[in-house]
Amino acid sequence: MQINRLPVGGRIERDKPVYFSFDGRTMLGYQGDTLASALLANGVRIVGRSFKYGRPRGIVAAGAEEPNAIVQLGQGASSVPNLRATQVEIYSGLQAYSVSGWPSVNVDLMAVTDWFARFMPPGFYYKTFMWPKRFWMSYEHLIRKAAGLGWAPDGKDPDVYDKMNQHCDVLVVGAGPAGIQAARSASRAGARVILADEQAEMGGSLLATTTELNGAPAYQWLEHALAELRSNERVTLLPRSTVFGYYDHNFLGIIERRSDHLGLTNATGARQRLHRVRAKQVVLASGAIERPIVFANNDVPGVMLASALGTYLNRYGVVPGKRLVLFTCNDGAYQTAVDWHKAGQQVVCIVDSRKDASGDAVAAATSLGIDVIKGHALIEAVGRARVKAVKIAPINADATAVIGGLRNIPCDVVASSGGWSPVVHLSSHSGAKPVWSEQVLGFVPGASAAVLSTGSSKGVFDLRACLQDGVQIGLEAVQAAGIAVDGIDLPACPDLVEPVAQVQQALFLAPHKKPTSRAPKQFVDYQLDVTAASIELAAREGYRSVEHTKRYTAMGFGTDQGKLGNINGLAILANALGQSIAETGTTVFRPSYTPSTYGAIAGRDVGELLDPVRCTAVHRWHEEHGAEWENVGQWKRPWYFPQPGEAMQDAVNRECLAVRNSVGILDASTLGKIDIQGPDAAEFITRVYTNSYLKLPPGKCRYGVMLHEDGMIFDDGVTACLGENHYLMFTTTGGAAGVLSWLELWQQTEWPELQVYFTSVTDHWSTATVTGPNARRVLEKLCTDIDFSRQAFEFMDWREGTVAGLKARVFRISFTGELSYEVNVPAHYGRYMWEQLIAAGEEFGITPYGTEAMHVLRAEKGFIIVGQDTDGSMTPQDMNMDWVVGKNKAFSFLGKRSLARSDTARANRKQLVGLKTHYPNTVIPEGSQIVNNPNEPIPMLMQGHVTSSYFSAALGHSIALAVVKGGLQRLGETVYCPQADGEMIKADIVSSVFYDPEGDRHNV
Amino acid sequence: MLLIYCPYCEETRDEDEFSYQGEAHITRPLEPENLSDTEWGDYLFFRTNPRGLHHEMWQHTVGCRKYFNMTRHTVSYEILETYRIGEQATVAPASADSATAEGAC
Ligand SMILES: [Zn+2]
Repeated sequence: MQINRLPVGGRIERDKPVYFSFDGRTMLGYQGDTLASALLANGVRIVGRSFKYGRPRGIVAAGAEEPNAIVQLGQGASSVPNLRATQVEIYSGLQAYSVSGWPSVNVDLMAVTDWFARFMPPGFYYKTFMWPKRFWMSYEHLIRKAAGLGWAPDGKDPDVYDKMNQHCDVLVVGAGPAGIQAARSASRAGARVILADEQAEMGGSLLATTTELNGAPAYQWLEHALAELRSNERVTLLPRSTVFGYYDHNFLGIIERRSDHLGLTNATGARQRLHRVRAKQVVLASGAIERPIVFANNDVPGVMLASALGTYLNRYGVVPGKRLVLFTCNDGAYQTAVDWHKAGQQVVCIVDSRKDASGDAVAAATSLGIDVIKGHALIEAVGRARVKAVKIAPINADATAVIGGLRNIPCDVVASSGGWSPVVHLSSHSGAKPVWSEQVLGFVPGASAAVLSTGSSKGVFDLRACLQDGVQIGLEAVQAAGIAVDGIDLPACPDLVEPVAQVQQALFLAPHKKPTSRAPKQFVDYQLDVTAASIELAAREGYRSVEHTKRYTAMGFGTDQGKLGNINGLAILANALGQSIAETGTTVFRPSYTPSTYGAIAGRDVGELLDPVRCTAVHRWHEEHGAEWENVGQWKRPWYFPQPGEAMQDAVNRECLAVRNSVGILDASTLGKIDIQGPDAAEFITRVYTNSYLKLPPGKCRYGVMLHEDGMIFDDGVTACLGENHYLMFTTTGGAAGVLSWLELWQQTEWPELQVYFTSVTDHWSTATVTGPNARRVLEKLCTDIDFSRQAFEFMDWREGTVAGLKARVFRISFTGELSYEVNVPAHYGRYMWEQLIAAGEEFGITPYGTEAMHVLRAEKGFIIVGQDTDGSMTPQDMNMDWVVGKNKAFSFLGKRSLARSDTARANRKQLVGLKTHYPNTVIPEGSQIVNNPNEPIPMLMQGHVTSSYFSAALGHSIALAVVKGGLQRLGETVYCPQADGEMIKADIVSSVFYDPEGDRHNV
Repeated sequence: MLLIYCPYCEETRDEDEFSYQGEAHITRPLEPENLSDTEWGDYLFFRTNPRGLHHEMWQHTVGCRKYFNMTRHTVSYEILETYRIGEQATVAPASADSATAEGAC
């Protein structure tokens, strides 16, 4: 039953009924209703329970500033949390749920017991975050459930979201009277204009006004103005679009809700679209938010903003009550009482704080027989689930004290207006600091070279002034965007009659007979239950900065970011500190203006489109042969190839033994490859590696270690001399991009005189490593134009030839310690080459192996993996690799000087050693800490940690690499690795080379 | 999201294409071995980090891959100029008190 719907009026479509549900109860509304207007029409008073005290709360506002009516829509994967009912358009089948109140908004355990409040005194957040984390962990579950933070969807979002990059001359934010006029004048000058507005219908305040324009209802002028914009192809109108953030260099984000008003999901297109707009000029016409006046029990359902009441009445034909008391300190709010009266409802009285209130507005109300009580304040509301009466009292001239007896006035709806706060959020995002204006009694946008504001968002509240200012600002915007404006036909300002407004009074907190700390609760921030008393308490406890007070009281910390309460809170703080609001300042606003969905921010950049997967040319073969995968950077690399019935360790053991005993094959295509050419190439490479390449002849390779200038290892790999002035540098798989940038950095900035050029060729080549005692026999079957004999093709040589009919480069380098050949062919032939090698190796039982076996094989040899055995704090000497550091190089190579720094050169640094446990089958967990004495009291002295650890099938026991303080001097000593479960793994420090320490096996 | 003019491409492009590479005009000492640990440490680790105008190096990473320099205000993020490696800034670095814009916390 729409008990609060007027029989006529409003902009709703009464011939289009819409059934929706709220907390499981089905109700009827009309097309054009918001969820809030439909709930009010149905007489729903309580829409939530308050965060801390569990008090019943009703709808207060009609726009983005609504703090109480926070709902969750739908269930399941498409469910949307944290929406303001005032901004949700209803559609048939809409299911909305109150997010606060447990077990329900009408029966609230917390309100009965009030126990929860004791957990959360002022400073709750502050104190909680100071406490051990476990306190928060134990609270969080209850807080979330009780306080109404909504719940996350329970599945993958089925919708798609778009992104669109837009450029325009002028972006106008807000399609109220000023914004529309700005867009009109800018577009008439030929500018490309985007006009964005968060509501379904454009028009802003014109949608709810009873003021006539050109002698007719305002919407007629509005339709005319919008038609003009619509017909201009250089104008883009974006309704249902929230400009949520204003970023650097006039970059703004707009989220357009394309189908949220039709249903939870959109089967035919993108649900929402993120417009990434780069505007030459921005005009902010984002309006203003009415400020409630704070008084005792001002949170009782039925207490609303005056303008919101007017909006529900005029725009939706909804009257959430019969007997109105209006409390104001300004003229503007009188219109709500006049409209209420004209709609046939009763205005019990208007309580005006100004003793001398007179003039047009007062006269208009008085002429309708409305009782205007001047020099009074509404100091307390009476009622719990709904307002039943108010207490008013005479106050002194500056509205700081009650000076007479209380009167009790029965009523069922209360509207208050403390004036208007310009919406300066976006201006603040752009870096302009809001400035307090005593004239506006609000913060106005700070000066900014880049941003223009118009209308009530800069404190211009008269409709005529807004309409005129919009035209002027639109003109300034196009000029700033560099467009000529000579001779353009500016839009006219429509005729209208506006009452002359009297000066408003600064009134934020109505005085009470009792001091604030003793009076019934006077709410400043409804969403987080912050009271005037708690702000005064913060001031007494020594909080002077508004930013600190915000964090201490949690004022403005809700999803509404304190749109309604912040200014009042600030005024109360300023008063408590005995200073002005201007001196107190305001908090910084940050994006998003209203909560944004992650879906819209992510758009299509999810999954592989966000983080692309790189596959080698042999990928499908690996897939077909059952590879398990390891992600290495963006690459997918085979981890191991389990055969039926094999566990991982079985497969890795088999793969390792195949390499040691016969032959294995590894897809090494992911290694970074940089082609380096130029007459100074050798000199350049010698400067960036620790060793020298000046005498490396064509046909030869050399292993090098790259250091940052601080002397720490950051990459390693083999570089081959391909010909005169031509080299191929292999990098680690993960380091390829960083190494290329590093080379370019030095060439471009420090050594531009060196003629050398770099090209990434990682993706150009497919590489197969054939390794094991039978590797030579496999290659010889497929290649006849290379002499593979030991003398003709030595270790660290490379040859060009034909392998399986393909032009190939074959490198005799080894990461396993076995006889190894790395065969490189153009990438597109990768799979063919691979299959030819597999076929040729069949008679030797050639075994594909993955990265896990590769790791075990290299660890058996003590070969490091940069990033695993090093962590950015390891020098070559720490890795026991002093042999790779050229001592006689003419140029002081990168990082060299740092190797002599006192800290780098000291003796007791962590050094790479091997660990051999006393229990052959125990593999020490990687990352384990190492201590000397298992009985040492905690905290024990850490000696180092385990970097690599495996079971070695070839050796028949576990092996580990570790970095240990002074480790190279401690070979043979026993250390311990304490585990989380209390186990102490005992191990001996040994050489990091476990297998074939003489290196005989590759040299065959 | 900054708009950056690449002095090599001679085009204004989105920040997405670039990567920040630290303070500009840090010259590698010609003879590192002749420096004390303190002097070498200054070169390695110490940067100005001003509140105000800052000369800094960027790379057009997914563009021409050139490194170049920029004079940028670290509070307002205004970019006053970009210039090629080897060129000098035309806007002087800020002294501490000329940084007028207010920070945010
Ligand atoms: Zn470029």
